[in-house]
Amino acid sequence: MKWERLGKRNISRFLQTYSCFIILLGLIIVSGALSDKFLSQQNIFNVLRQQAHIAILALGALIVILTGGIDLSSGAILGISNVFVAYFITNLALDSMGGAAISIITAILAGGLAGFINGLLIAYLSMPAFIATLASMTMLRGVALVMTNGTPIRPPVDPLANPGSFALFRFGQDSDPLIGMPWPVWVTVVIVAFFWFLMKYTTFGRLTMATGSNEDATRLAGINVKMYKTAAYTLCGLLAGVAGVLLAARAGIAIPAAGSGQELTSIAAVVIGGASLSGGSGKVANTIVGVFILALIGNIMTLLAIPAYPQQIIEGAIIIAAVFLNRGKKKK
Amino acid sequence: MSEQAAGLPADQGYKIEMRNIHKSFGGVHALKDVSLRVRPGEIHALLGENGAGKSTLMKILSGAYSLDSGSIWIDGAEVGINSPKAGIALGVSIIYQELALMGDLTAAENIFIDNLNDGRGLIHWKRLRAKTQEVLNDLGFGQIQPSSQVSELSIAYQQVVEICRALSRNSSILVLDEPTAVLSTHEAEQLFTLLGRLSASGVAIIYISHRLEEILKICDRATVLRDGENVASVEIKDVDEQKLVNMMIGRDPQNYFPERERAIGEVVFEADGICRGDAVRNVSFHVRAGEVFGISGLVGAGRTETVMAILGEDKRDSGTVRVNGRAIKMRSPIDARKAGVSLLTEDRKTQGVLLDLPILYNISLCALKALSGPGGVINRKKERQAAGVLVDKLRIKIGSLDDDCSSLSGGNQQKVSISKLLGSGSRILLFDEPTRGVDVGAKIEIYKIISELVSEGYAIIMISSEMPEIIGMCDRVAVMRGGRIVGELDRAELCEQSLINLSMGVNG
Repeated sequence: MKWERLGKRNISRFLQTYSCFIILLGLIIVSGALSDKFLSQQNIFNVLRQQAHIAILALGALIVILTGGIDLSSGAILGISNVFVAYFITNLALDSMGGAAISIITAILAGGLAGFINGLLIAYLSMPAFIATLASMTMLRGVALVMTNGTPIRPPVDPLANPGSFALFRFGQDSDPLIGMPWPVWVTVVIVAFFWFLMKYTTFGRLTMATGSNEDATRLAGINVKMYKTAAYTLCGLLAGVAGVLLAARAGIAIPAAGSGQELTSIAAVVIGGASLSGGSGKVANTIVGVFILALIGNIMTLLAIPAYPQQIIEGAIIIAAVFLNRGKKKK
Repeated sequence: MSEQAAGLPADQGYKIEMRNIHKSFGGVHALKDVSLRVRPGEIHALLGENGAGKSTLMKILSGAYSLDSGSIWIDGAEVGINSPKAGIALGVSIIYQELALMGDLTAAENIFIDNLNDGRGLIHWKRLRAKTQEVLNDLGFGQIQPSSQVSELSIAYQQVVEICRALSRNSSILVLDEPTAVLSTHEAEQLFTLLGRLSASGVAIIYISHRLEEILKICDRATVLRDGENVASVEIKDVDEQKLVNMMIGRDPQNYFPERERAIGEVVFEADGICRGDAVRNVSFHVRAGEVFGISGLVGAGRTETVMAILGEDKRDSGTVRVNGRAIKMRSPIDARKAGVSLLTEDRKTQGVLLDLPILYNISLCALKALSGPGGVINRKKERQAAGVLVDKLRIKIGSLDDDCSSLSGGNQQKVSISKLLGSGSRILLFDEPTRGVDVGAKIEIYKIISELVSEGYAIIMISSEMPEIIGMCDRVAVMRGGRIVGELDRAELCEQSLINLSMGVNG
């Protein structure tokens, strides 16, 4: 009956919106109490630097999940872009600053192209998103392995011999002179702000959400749902491409396995942020909070010197706990 | 069981008694001191507008909800029904409007899902099918194959399968929630025969429906609820449709169908030779501005299929569509919207509204282009204003534009859907079963809205299975049978008899 739903909905909506913020706050407080290193500026910037590319990946996952889909290939797209940028900058006479720019743009566009193809397969050929992106994940990882022959590419860090590569590496390492925030984090901040605006204030965001909420109703209302779905996968690919470049810049090395499993981390972050895997609900800010919930769990365990293998067990358990606390929107 | 029914005096010996039921949700009374008494072998109508408490009462009976106070008595003994399982064990079965069948399984598997192996180890398929055939034969539906996949059966037959499942559980109390909403007149007749047979064998049937003429025809008594309280329990022979309506809404509805000025203009929409397989065969018609054009016919006559083929949602084999005299390439609802043609879908929940998004987003769904500036940035102030205007115009009862659409009653959800069409700027509106599943009050509202829209020059094509509303609302009606238009009637010729004759292929 409607009365029952009214009361429950207000509470559940509140929880759905804010519970991940509460979880994050709790984590910060507990972590700060457990380790005095945790709240140091160095540790905070470290965490941010490490999460910069994951946050971007998670944004892509969010957009796809909002349409009611899923993208398992974003980790592999990250890998491709990671390898592309290092390969171009090292092996094809693209060693000037302009060359570096071309390498970066090509790597990002390659990601966008891969996402676009995912979108075509899913929206226009009606393939299940899970299967289509599983296949493209496998293929793209294969391409990265073929290109690198399975070995890492280490671009030269020499301002004279390869200024482009040197600049990329410095960008990944350096921080802005004002508040000392790493440059890759700034890139993430700008992108997050852009997507926050896009999803909240534009027709694109609204209709992407409508598509995920009820695809039949949206299509019959005369909205081009195929286009919005394709656009979502394309954006996801572009973002994974950016993430790949950022990772290469930070690590100073490109490995073909880069990003393996991170598609799942990013999907977990979206879900911890309260989005529904069936589409139609999810927020940019909550997704970023989800990323940091996952990151802080790892960070505090490392600071407490918990060995890596048990860390995974605890991390999995905490994800379940977070999603449990967060399941504000219960569909009966 | 029939001896038992026959042996009881008429004024006592209830099969089921719900006494002084109270139920509240978060401080709001959904049911206040409600009682319901049904005798064995009786078909008892439970009436009330949406939100009157019918579903809550039935959910308490089935064990889906617990009661706050009051008692339930079955066969004269007080029982506690605290779970759906307990309800089934006591012989209570509810057939909801949305059938709870497993579409990929066969009729036999669905009917005996609780006891496929007959208490033995493995399933004996041959025996299972024979047993199923027996049950179906008993009910007079021997034509349903036990091995047919349920999703391949018509909705009517699916209902029969679900009723069989209830009987296989030895249910002696059967609740049917709007069973005929999805049936054609002929199928409904079959259902009524079946219900008659069941009641004769002593099953107590609680029948929920918005169609009063059915209730007058098949029910013995009726209990009317309004705002969670008993209004009356009456013998059907003592009442008529008007009395029932008055009890339900507590006011005189005057006239269901508003009188309107008929100012019919130019032809604005033409469909010419629309074909799609066997479902739609060479359908042609035209509609003028300011006109309500009805498409009548039995379920399965190809009405929705025609509309979907016109919009290009389903691929046409041939046929052209003209809007304002200009041929339009309609390959999808996107083209339709661009041409100013919009559809109000038959199934509100799955194809109409976006239930878990705010009302605001639903209303402005098709209007975003006009409401946004460069880069697709939505002008939120303008959006709210535009939505507010439509909420006022259609008299939609909402708390806030930011509430989820699911918080609204069926009638208001339907109004939100209509406002979405108006927001698109379309002047040609296809209404597929616009009053399906809404209560009497909301129906009257929707008729009023349709009248207002046509007097503003909109052209409305209305598909309906309800003959009274076709007769009450339409200026001209095409009747479909077997995918073809078999006749067109204008206002003067419109009557139930002519519609039935045409739609069933009887020469009148």
